[in-house]
Amino acid sequence: MHFFLFLSDFIVPFVIFGIVLYGLLQKVPVYDRFIKGARSGFLTVIKIMPTLIGLMVAVGILRASGFLEFLSSGIGKVTGLIGFPGELVPLTVVKMFSSSAATGLLLDLFKEFGTDSYIGLIASISMSCTETIFYTMSVYFMTAKVTKTRFTLPGALFATAAGLAASVVLAGFMQ
Amino acid sequence: MLNKLWAGMIIVGVMFGAFTGKMPEITNAALDSAKEAVTLCITMVGVMSLWVGLMEIAECAGIIQAASRWMRPFIKWMFPGVPKDHPAEKYITTNTIANILGLGWAATPAGLKAMEELEKIEEDRRRGRLPGIVRKRGIASNEMCTFLVLNISSLQLIPVNVIAFRSQYGSVNPAGIVGAGILATMVSTLAGIVFCKMAEGKQGS
Repeated sequence: MHFFLFLSDFIVPFVIFGIVLYGLLQKVPVYDRFIKGARSGFLTVIKIMPTLIGLMVAVGILRASGFLEFLSSGIGKVTGLIGFPGELVPLTVVKMFSSSAATGLLLDLFKEFGTDSYIGLIASISMSCTETIFYTMSVYFMTAKVTKTRFTLPGALFATAAGLAASVVLAGFMQ
Repeated sequence: MLNKLWAGMIIVGVMFGAFTGKMPEITNAALDSAKEAVTLCITMVGVMSLWVGLMEIAECAGIIQAASRWMRPFIKWMFPGVPKDHPAEKYITTNTIANILGLGWAATPAGLKAMEELEKIEEDRRRGRLPGIVRKRGIASNEMCTFLVLNISSLQLIPVNVIAFRSQYGSVNPAGIVGAGILATMVSTLAGIVFCKMAEGKQGS
């Protein structure tokens, strides 16, 4: 665990350093390339802005109405038995379908409980170790014209469950 | 799908709020959230520009090709049914590396190409040109299932989005979850690999 906390502190500076150095060694015009990439990153964010406004408004309404609390406390009675906070269930379920809708819920959790709270930590870790299962499956299998997906869904759910369990355990260590 | 989900959230929210008498709060929440989304995007513009700029350097320096060499033995072991030097192998490798680096825009096109190539392998099996179980059209092959489980198990090393969100919402150490995230990603990927190897083994290969 110490190693991974150490890694958290060092990885970002190290990646920046490593990429610039590697680029120089490969004779890449690093600054020109950086500006080109930064421009496309800039435009990507501007492009998702309307999506984010729409979703954050919807989640904001849901939170203000008291519905999210109502839902979480209901689900929490069941999931609490296996040590999974009910507040995280909506986020986890929505993430399987849509990454941007999950973002709206994630930000709501950060606001409500704080980024470094137990719930904030689980949410942060689990968002970095799960993917949009149903979205990915439908796009990829559509390309291959496949309708019978065999063990893909159980496998994906199993991997996601393992990732979630790990998130809960790791957040417990970090607290 | 998002159409229904979005409308559902708003309709449930307003109706629930009407019953619990939270209408003024809902008004404020709707207006504040819209404002907040813009503030958040301003933070995101900075972080994402920095990150995508760095990744552009990395891509230009040939990091995907360099990493492919390291990746090859692993891909061979995961997909023993893919013939040597088949294009599917290249696309699977590119997709995997792009996912590890968080290059979403490079990952999806390569991933879709990989699925097309895996479908071609199936077609060759149906015609008896390649060994392996013959399946009807429209049924996923072992390789397709394994590839998708691997993909969905998440491979991302640095979750830039999550770090940016955490910094916007006042985390004392926004990148503090990176190490734990890597560990959790390893757990989910390992679980996915074990599941696929068992599922493939059960019906013989």
